[in-house]
Amino acid sequence: MSDMKRGNRPLSPHLTIYRPQMSSITSIFVRITGVGLTLGFLLIIWWLLAAATGPGYFAFVDGLLTSWLGVLIMVASLWALWYHALGGVRHLIWDMGYGFELKTADMMGYVMIGGSFILTLLTLVII
Amino acid sequence: MVELTLPKNSRMTVGKTWPKPQGATNVRSFKIYRYDPDSGDNPRVDTYHVDMDTCGPMILDALIKIKNEIDPTLTFRRSCREGICGSCAMNIDGINTLACIYGLDEVKGDVKIYPLPHMPVIKDLIPDLTHFYAQHASIMPWLETKTNTPEKEWRQSIEDRAKLDGLYECVMCACCSTSCPSYWWNGDRYLGPAALLHAYRWLIDSRDEATGERLDGLQDPFKLYRCHTIMNCAKTCPKELNPAKAIAEIKKMMVERTL
Repeated sequence: MSDMKRGNRPLSPHLTIYRPQMSSITSIFVRITGVGLTLGFLLIIWWLLAAATGPGYFAFVDGLLTSWLGVLIMVASLWALWYHALGGVRHLIWDMGYGFELKTADMMGYVMIGGSFILTLLTLVII
Repeated sequence: MVELTLPKNSRMTVGKTWPKPQGATNVRSFKIYRYDPDSGDNPRVDTYHVDMDTCGPMILDALIKIKNEIDPTLTFRRSCREGICGSCAMNIDGINTLACIYGLDEVKGDVKIYPLPHMPVIKDLIPDLTHFYAQHASIMPWLETKTNTPEKEWRQSIEDRAKLDGLYECVMCACCSTSCPSYWWNGDRYLGPAALLHAYRWLIDSRDEATGERLDGLQDPFKLYRCHTIMNCAKTCPKELNPAKAIAEIKKMMVERTL
């Protein structure tokens, strides 16, 4: 209630004292990966634009994206994409009214974390 | 809006450490949020030591013992001491629950007690719930009918009555709403899990005849749709209800009525 009129009253502590929950952590990471993926997509668009610009410029951008830092960002983006996609699937299940039992909800969190890493590895192996 | 840090007047300082009980062998530490509106000082966290050999089994027993024997200025709400009035809702060991039905044995180490999170504090463990109650009132928590009042009661089948199970038990303690990050950041406009659970309780009541109006009232980017299924509400509910599921059912009703 940060925007409410509190008068001189203090605001009780919140984020710093609340125990992290499986559901809250996996939820905030869906948001973080969603925002973070913007960086990966912008780099890929830059790479495509460079390809359309000319061989010299493409070689420069391609060099950047295949450097160790570029590869790291791309692999992280790949994980973020899988995680975010699994988060989307979880939201679809919830929107249909299923998966609200506390155990099921926690289980879906574990599946998202485990699944995102496994699918990232599989994608890397296949590519 | 998201605000990760507390306003200046809300930041906690290290408070007083109260003396240990003499001759006690089984002592436990309690770190409790204190705020005195008359002093003008920032909130502080006081440390108390309680003799567990002469203390009841619940968190509330320890709080009452502290108030009786150590510090009579410690202020908190309590009434029924059996989880039906919802008065003693507070943040205990990182989750919101009722002090009267939360066992001391459920907490490991020091017992940390704060008021319900992200609320204006009146004194010590007492938050201002005015806005929370106003939001509850806004969902029309009563039976709305249009047909003539029957001679006796409004009849309801056993099956229709069963739909209210898991909803009518809510005691409005505010544990769920104040555990919800969406409610923290947008509590001025988002109704929060408690009010929405009550909204659903009347939406699916077979006797209620204002379903359309109720759904119209919730058709808003903030009132209902700030729920992102974070599920802190269902995790923390001391009555083991599931507001997240009730909110999902309202969202389904919103879609179904447009089909």
